[in-house]
Amino acid sequence: MSVLKTLLHGNEGGLNAQGLTAVQKVTLRAVIVGVLYYGLAAIEGMMMRAQQITPLPFIDESHYFSIMTVHPIVGIFGSTYLLVFGAFTFLVPYLMNKPLYSVKIANWTWILIAVGALSSWLGGFIYHYAPLYTLYWPLPVDFKQYNAVGGLVFVGGIALIMFGTIGFIYNIFATVFYTEKGHEKRPIKPLLISALGIDGFLNILYKMQGKEPYAKEPAVSLPVVAIFRGTIDTFLDALVILTCGILILIYIFAELAGVPMDYTSVNALLYKNFFWWGLDLIADGLVLIYVAGTWYLLAMLITGKKLFMQNIARAALLLELVVSWFVWSHHLLADQGQPNMMKLVSGEMVTAFELVTQGIAVFITLVTLWSARPLKMSNELKFLLAGILGFMLAVPAGILQADMGLNRVLHNTQWIVGPHVHVAILVGLSMTLYSALYTLWPIVTNNVKLYSQKLANIHFWGQLIGGIGMGAFMGMAAMDGMLRRTLYINGEYETYMILAGICGFMLIVAWVCFLVNVIMSIGLNGLLRIFTKTTLDTTACVPALKTV
Amino acid sequence: MTDSTDVLNMLKIVYTIYTVSVMLLIAWFAFGVMSPKGKPRIVKPSIFYGYVGVLVTVGVAIHIVTFNKIPWVEIDFKRDHITPDKVVNIVVKDHHFELPQKRIIAQCQEYVLFDVDSKDLTYGFGLFRQNNSMVLQMQVVPGSSNQLMWKFEKNGVYSIRSTEYSGPKGAYIYYENAFEVQGCETNDKYAMRKVQHERS
Repeated sequence: MSVLKTLLHGNEGGLNAQGLTAVQKVTLRAVIVGVLYYGLAAIEGMMMRAQQITPLPFIDESHYFSIMTVHPIVGIFGSTYLLVFGAFTFLVPYLMNKPLYSVKIANWTWILIAVGALSSWLGGFIYHYAPLYTLYWPLPVDFKQYNAVGGLVFVGGIALIMFGTIGFIYNIFATVFYTEKGHEKRPIKPLLISALGIDGFLNILYKMQGKEPYAKEPAVSLPVVAIFRGTIDTFLDALVILTCGILILIYIFAELAGVPMDYTSVNALLYKNFFWWGLDLIADGLVLIYVAGTWYLLAMLITGKKLFMQNIARAALLLELVVSWFVWSHHLLADQGQPNMMKLVSGEMVTAFELVTQGIAVFITLVTLWSARPLKMSNELKFLLAGILGFMLAVPAGILQADMGLNRVLHNTQWIVGPHVHVAILVGLSMTLYSALYTLWPIVTNNVKLYSQKLANIHFWGQLIGGIGMGAFMGMAAMDGMLRRTLYINGEYETYMILAGICGFMLIVAWVCFLVNVIMSIGLNGLLRIFTKTTLDTTACVPALKTV
Repeated sequence: MTDSTDVLNMLKIVYTIYTVSVMLLIAWFAFGVMSPKGKPRIVKPSIFYGYVGVLVTVGVAIHIVTFNKIPWVEIDFKRDHITPDKVVNIVVKDHHFELPQKRIIAQCQEYVLFDVDSKDLTYGFGLFRQNNSMVLQMQVVPGSSNQLMWKFEKNGVYSIRSTEYSGPKGAYIYYENAFEVQGCETNDKYAMRKVQHERS
């Protein structure tokens, strides 16, 4: 088959989009848009990398910082949220063996998030609105530096993303609790107890007392428990971001109406606490919980075995949820107005528990895999191991910076965004998501054959070496004092930045290989038809599992 | 006396060893999990609980060690009860740091209190050596008390830089050689080059 034919029709016939269910289609739509947004975030990242190597004539300060502002919005919301939400929209009904509560809401979810990310990106691209994702008060309403219309476009985009997020949350919770047509009434209490992981705690307690377990067969499977828990943090985070967005919008409207408001009415430190409490529920809440749940699912699917120490895993997920509500102060260790007791308890001690909860997830996943050896080093397994490695590197890096002594010389340096954030996202999270993608690929595409294993291998090594390498060189620059939001125009950290740039380029190559592999596997015809209405009259997740 | 260079060098060594160890562990696991040799061993719960104990110990120990070994942590905790030998008042407005002198001079072993007040946006305050490495920093939040106490043990000339983003206009807030420490027996070798140059 010629390359052109494969490009059009896919590998060995490619994707038969007419044979896809509505749930498969909505999942693939979210994933495809998420992968495209990942590419945009990667290109933005490379533009900033290039600027850090040598100042580029076509990027001035306001352009540079507007790229820096939209880069995490596109990367986290446009890409990661869509990939994760798409996968979970499929997994929750699939694992619970019941129909998704609403395909319509699922469609609105990815559309709102995609349009919202585009709007925020335009706010940066056209108007150079650049208060960064941290939105430290009163920077977002500093209209001496920013255009109010740009703020409206940017914050309006964030609001759309949050509305899409709330749609996802509603759909997930509704899918867990509702009783589908023709099924006997599902009682809410055991579902809620199981979804919160309380049954895991009770099982441990009963065992210690020598009693029979509270629930031999939990009402909700472990991965769904993780999705449920993570979604609680997703909800709280959406509420906080929306509240801050409304506050900023009030100031923007007042400015546009010609009656500017006094920004000192809002206490900057209190705002910072509130905003970080919500924002941190992404980084230290839903990401870690979703990732742990995904590891557990992948370990069970790869080995075909039950998870090691299931009850502990359930209980640990609940602990992680509670921990995630009390760790935000580690973002304020350099704020001298923040009470020392909050820095000590929330910033240091409670945060240190993330080492424990994430460490438990690593241990349980690895032991489950080991118990089933010998295993074939499939794409699913190698991406999973790389994902675990990413978090084994990034979480301790975060614990180190969440120390009052070290934070004094690490805060706002390249350490934060290099060894911690980018290793966590590009290696830990992304590799986990790719593992999930390779695992779900045959289920969601009805067994489309992968075009090239070579491209998959280049993708793997490019992402792994590029991600770790970039983080490492950024970390080394941090040791020499390089800040993360400062422009250096005299070549102060040129060597590190060239090396980080080479690693960044490897990440771009890896993404291109992945994209080519996906398109050549399913074909452009199949790809476009994913966005057409399904012709199958079923509410099941996959054609073989009809529930109607 | 420990300074930020010593702390960051130690961190570099510890984290590099950790990173290499973890990568080797995962590589070993990847080869091991494919190997058909030997039976898979059942991991006893005691091993798991021992591992959790190690994680808790490490998580807490990091903070105990740094509290005892990094001198500025204790000073930071007790700063309300220590009378400063010198107070450096700085006002920040419109992306400009209003310094008390063009070059602020502090004596060795003095408790210096940096009191920085922002009149508009959130900024950062940091001291940097001649090789751009960081000595200290804090956030400067409007409407809040932004005080950082420090004791300098080495001679050197340092630059002030805003360590927090305050919009594109604040991209280059930098005051070269704005702070000097005198009277110590030892020199901060990374903060001395410009002094020698100026004196020669």
